[in-house]
Amino acid sequence: MSDVESLLDDLYNAVLDGQAPAAKKIVGQLIEQHVAAETILYDGMIPAMDEVGRLFETGEVFVPEMLVSANAMKAGMELLQPLLELSDVKPLARIVLGTVQGDIHDIGKNLVGMMLKGAGFEVIDLGVNVPPARFVSAVEGASIIGLSALLTTTMPNMKVTIDALTAAGVRDRVKVIVGGAPVTEEFALEIGADGYASNANQAVTISRALLGIEPAIAA
Amino acid sequence: MNKLLDLLQKESVLLLDGAMGTELFARGLVSGGSPEEWNVTHPERVQDIHRAYVEAGSNIILTNSFGGTRYRLKLHNFQDRVVELNRAAAQNARAVADAAGRTVLVAGSMGPTGELLIPMGSMSYEECRDAFAEQARGLVEGGVDILWVETMSDLNEVKAAVEGARSVAPEIPICATMSYDTRGRTMMGVTGAQMVQELAGLGLTAVGANCGNNLIDTEAALAEMHAAAPDLILIAKANAGMPRYEGDKLIYDGTPEVMAAYADRVRRHGISLIGGCCGSGPAHIRMMRQVLDGVIPVPEVAPLTPQAAAPEAAGRTRERRVRRG
Repeated sequence: MSDVESLLDDLYNAVLDGQAPAAKKIVGQLIEQHVAAETILYDGMIPAMDEVGRLFETGEVFVPEMLVSANAMKAGMELLQPLLELSDVKPLARIVLGTVQGDIHDIGKNLVGMMLKGAGFEVIDLGVNVPPARFVSAVEGASIIGLSALLTTTMPNMKVTIDALTAAGVRDRVKVIVGGAPVTEEFALEIGADGYASNANQAVTISRALLGIEPAIAA
Repeated sequence: MNKLLDLLQKESVLLLDGAMGTELFARGLVSGGSPEEWNVTHPERVQDIHRAYVEAGSNIILTNSFGGTRYRLKLHNFQDRVVELNRAAAQNARAVADAAGRTVLVAGSMGPTGELLIPMGSMSYEECRDAFAEQARGLVEGGVDILWVETMSDLNEVKAAVEGARSVAPEIPICATMSYDTRGRTMMGVTGAQMVQELAGLGLTAVGANCGNNLIDTEAALAEMHAAAPDLILIAKANAGMPRYEGDKLIYDGTPEVMAAYADRVRRHGISLIGGCCGSGPAHIRMMRQVLDGVIPVPEVAPLTPQAAAPEAAGRTRERRVRRG
């Protein structure tokens, strides 16, 4: 086994275990060995985040583990991001996220953002209490719009936002996914969303499915 | 003197109240508005809600201060009004409790900061503790009988809240509940048993579960707490199910009948502080009161349908990666 392969395994394990300093150090070592930034990302870190997502889905790990893994990947990305840009590696797609108007809760949305970044998407986070018009103006260049709501009283603003996209004539240019504690698949269908995610990992799964992206290949 | 224990000696089961947020919206709070600001801008409407719960039979009412830490108030640019808004919240509930003509206790609601603690997020334990101390100061100034930490996910945030509350009111009874909304655990993965074990040394008067995702998971978490610490005073303040759309209206599955049957079940499982959360209004509390008092028979309701069952507790199967050489 080559040093490079062994280092990629170490990187995978460091991200899986949420060891940020180790992940960063290994990324540095891989860069020194002239391994392509794309390889480090797609063969080292993204498969680890996929595994974290799988463990989360099956109830073997919970949010804390997911967060420390995302932080470990972020530490590695600090070194990797400039190289990805230099070598013109494009993100998978751009996803715009926001908590709908009237709702100021952001933990769920932030978790979704972390996991999407962890899967290699570019994430534009519009924040909380986002008016429909701001989603409309963020459509340019985006493949998916993700709407979050925690309150039953703000859920209806998901529909208002989707209707605003339609009224602006841009609804068919993006896919819309929705999620949040009170949101159900049935509700997503009723308001005309393209997809529903009940947790951050499913947000990755549904985004990939909607865009026809194959998951990163785990070793 | 612990007013909560005193009242529990007289009444073996105490009824809490139901939701505050949905009642505020029903009275005109707009989405994105600050519920806590209403304590000073619309005190009469906040008191109306408290009064409706007292009239329905609540023994304990919770203040309108769930988002009353500086972290939540900052989202409305009210971070410098923490003490004022919490004091007003306590005074609103106090006024209604004192006019009740029977003993009604006021519990100062303290909800999550919405921030994540280091290393998951950027809030330090000390900052978190100080934020809850500041909120507790306002609640105590306004005359609460109990400080009530609720809807928590992270045990460390509970500890910080309790420490902060204790620092401004060493004698006041403190209660804490967590939300078991993720496969029977909290969002941060805490089980009912872990909660009672980890919080055992904090001198809490009662602990339990509130909010949550469905009654089955919440009741299971409570059963775990009871098994882990049979002598503990437990709190059940569950959601009336999850909402769904029926036409243009949001409907909660938890009818008053469902919640009354739940109140009877949890009482029979040794839980002595019982109430409702999101989706429960005065009608739910009234029927819970009638069932707990034996005035009406326990409603027969269809068995609850659980969400997808939690997977079997298997050993950790974290897939390591070691390539063949």
